[in-house]
Amino acid sequence: MNQHNEQHSISLLVSNKPGVLIRIALVFSRRGYNLDSVVVSPTHNSAYSRMNLVARGSKESLNQIIKQLAKLVDVIHVADHTGEDIIEGELLFIKVRCSREQRTELLQIADHFRAKSVDLTDDSITFEATGKTAKLNAFQAMLEQYGILESVRSGKLIMARGTQAT
Amino acid sequence: MNSTTTKTAAKGATMTGAQAIIASCEQHGLTHIFGYPGGANIPLFDALLDSSIKLVLSRHEQGAVHMADGYARASGKVGVALVTSGPGATNAITGLLTAHMDSVPLIVICGQTITANLGLDAFQEADVSGISYPVVKHSYLVKDPAQLPRIMKEAFYIASTGRPGPVLIDVPKDVSSAVCHADFTVDMDLPGYQVVQGFDESQIECTASALSTARRPVLLVGHGAIISGAQKEILHLAEKLRVPVVSTLLGKGAFPETHELSLGMLGMHGTAYANYAVRDCDLILSVGSRFDDRITGNPKTFCKNAVKIHIDIDPAEANRQIPVDCFINADAKEAVSALMALAVPGDTAEWVAQVQKWKADFPLTYKQDELSAQLVINTLYRLSGGRAIVTTDVGQHQMWAAQYYKCDDGRSWISSGGAGTMGFGFPAAIGAQLARPEATVLAIVGDGGFQMTEAELSTAMIQKTPVKVIIIDNKYLGMVRQWQDIFFNNRLSGVTMEYNPDFVKLAEAYGMKGFRISQVDEVAPVLSAALAYDGPCIVHAEVTREDNVFPMIPAGADYSGMLLERPKGPVEKPKGST
Repeated sequence: MNQHNEQHSISLLVSNKPGVLIRIALVFSRRGYNLDSVVVSPTHNSAYSRMNLVARGSKESLNQIIKQLAKLVDVIHVADHTGEDIIEGELLFIKVRCSREQRTELLQIADHFRAKSVDLTDDSITFEATGKTAKLNAFQAMLEQYGILESVRSGKLIMARGTQAT
Repeated sequence: MNSTTTKTAAKGATMTGAQAIIASCEQHGLTHIFGYPGGANIPLFDALLDSSIKLVLSRHEQGAVHMADGYARASGKVGVALVTSGPGATNAITGLLTAHMDSVPLIVICGQTITANLGLDAFQEADVSGISYPVVKHSYLVKDPAQLPRIMKEAFYIASTGRPGPVLIDVPKDVSSAVCHADFTVDMDLPGYQVVQGFDESQIECTASALSTARRPVLLVGHGAIISGAQKEILHLAEKLRVPVVSTLLGKGAFPETHELSLGMLGMHGTAYANYAVRDCDLILSVGSRFDDRITGNPKTFCKNAVKIHIDIDPAEANRQIPVDCFINADAKEAVSALMALAVPGDTAEWVAQVQKWKADFPLTYKQDELSAQLVINTLYRLSGGRAIVTTDVGQHQMWAAQYYKCDDGRSWISSGGAGTMGFGFPAAIGAQLARPEATVLAIVGDGGFQMTEAELSTAMIQKTPVKVIIIDNKYLGMVRQWQDIFFNNRLSGVTMEYNPDFVKLAEAYGMKGFRISQVDEVAPVLSAALAYDGPCIVHAEVTREDNVFPMIPAGADYSGMLLERPKGPVEKPKGST
């Protein structure tokens, strides 16, 4: 059960062309897999884009998916970095209901998670936080009792350590 | 025009996008393009008028793509189909799936509405790139005519290398009409596409030693062996090591089926002796087969106690269905050739004797005294000397043809295996005949499938392709009827082909010769006459209506569950799909 729910962090280097995202998404959707997060961004070389995906599934089926992804003509490189010691992080914007009386308390919580306020109104406060998924989850859980109005996350970014390529 | 086009093109020349596409096809040695025109591809049809490439006008886009497929399978070259936008392109999708599932090198060029209209629901617009993604090896939507020489070069390369497959090129009409500077010396830009080169020596060494120590080895040959042209190497290896050979449906001809070591086809409707050998082997070496579910039955028990070694050029096939002891990611011909050099014969005498005994004890059989499909196909095999190119449709006749029409050469058996596309056989035969005009081409088809693409009778007449269409007419969708009979208590639903035409009269309506077989003693003389007939013809064989294909391993069942005949009582519904 746990194995089937294991989160996998997958990194791809792909050609920067129309249609690449859908080709990759189809490899997952064909098997009924949901993508928990997708980050696509240009790299320092405009010919390529970097994609970071998070998906759940068993190791065997994810292995098969990785092989199918590697076969796509527009995929230059793909790797599953799950369980590796890699640099990882994501960005969270979270908007919370906040009365004047609650401001100090909320700012203290934010301070603990090294989040900063990026917007403040009479009855709301918005934080920006970065870090590992678990930390952002914990921050979000702390804010729940105050009433979360909106939240958005960048999806997980990953990079190999040292001179090793991701 | 064409030779000058090619010459000037080499240096870069001014031409339309359509001319660039056709010039590129000429440079790749294409002799025929199979197509159907429409508003969006008129510039391409116009460019064809000035080309050495012959246009084969089909009657339906599905027919055109299957013809290109048959051309490709018979010749080993890339087949090209040319269709228009919208419904023209969607009609080609079945053909793309067929080629994709069977690793056939194919390019389908689609006309498309003008670039400015893309996504605006213009007349005959369909997002064909989007529709095609799951059924192609790669696809292009061309926005700039100057890119066409590179795209065409890449398309031919991608379609034909590694594990071959179809490539779709969607060309908006303004792109094919625009004048551009076409430089055919341009380099390909495929940083993400790698073709497997070489192999791991140590894996070959391990395999060679495993083969030498095995007492009950089996060689399993598939389509990949034929695609890579490994027939000679496989023959040498099997003979040197005295290993019995079983073949997949598409592997027919990778090893001569008349050879004493050949056990014919394995799997769902394979021979009993092939399946017994696979059930009892202690080593199975697959060369270019993908352990498809028709072969494995229940993947959990397939060759459970045997050493499993898998040679495949596609790395994604590693352990996909069947976990193997060794996966050799290599070209079949190279790997088998290396194995051949290292392998030392082991002791297989007892095993070969056992296999020969099974062959003698459990032969394929049919009733000689009735007009059965098997009798027709077996007689056809005998009279044509087993030397014809055989194409088939999908269903009972396909399995009987696989069982009774033994193939000794690669590229002489053309059948829709993975996709199981009805309507494939007849157009594929036309394509195969155009690729190999000297060959006798037999389309063995069922009455159901033939009617899906029978409009191509015109095409056969126009092209004067002397294809012999053998219609095995039981007035049923026989394979579905067989399943309903065995697994659904003979509750027949939607399988009766009422009002089939008189196929002899149908042939005559197209100005084609028609022959009829309606009793046993007509089989040999009529087939002889048809084979001797100089031109396309139909043989309408009105065979026994209710007959079932055996042996049969129900889908997803163990090999031990093979049925040699219709069980008396009710049978449990199979767990596997279809």
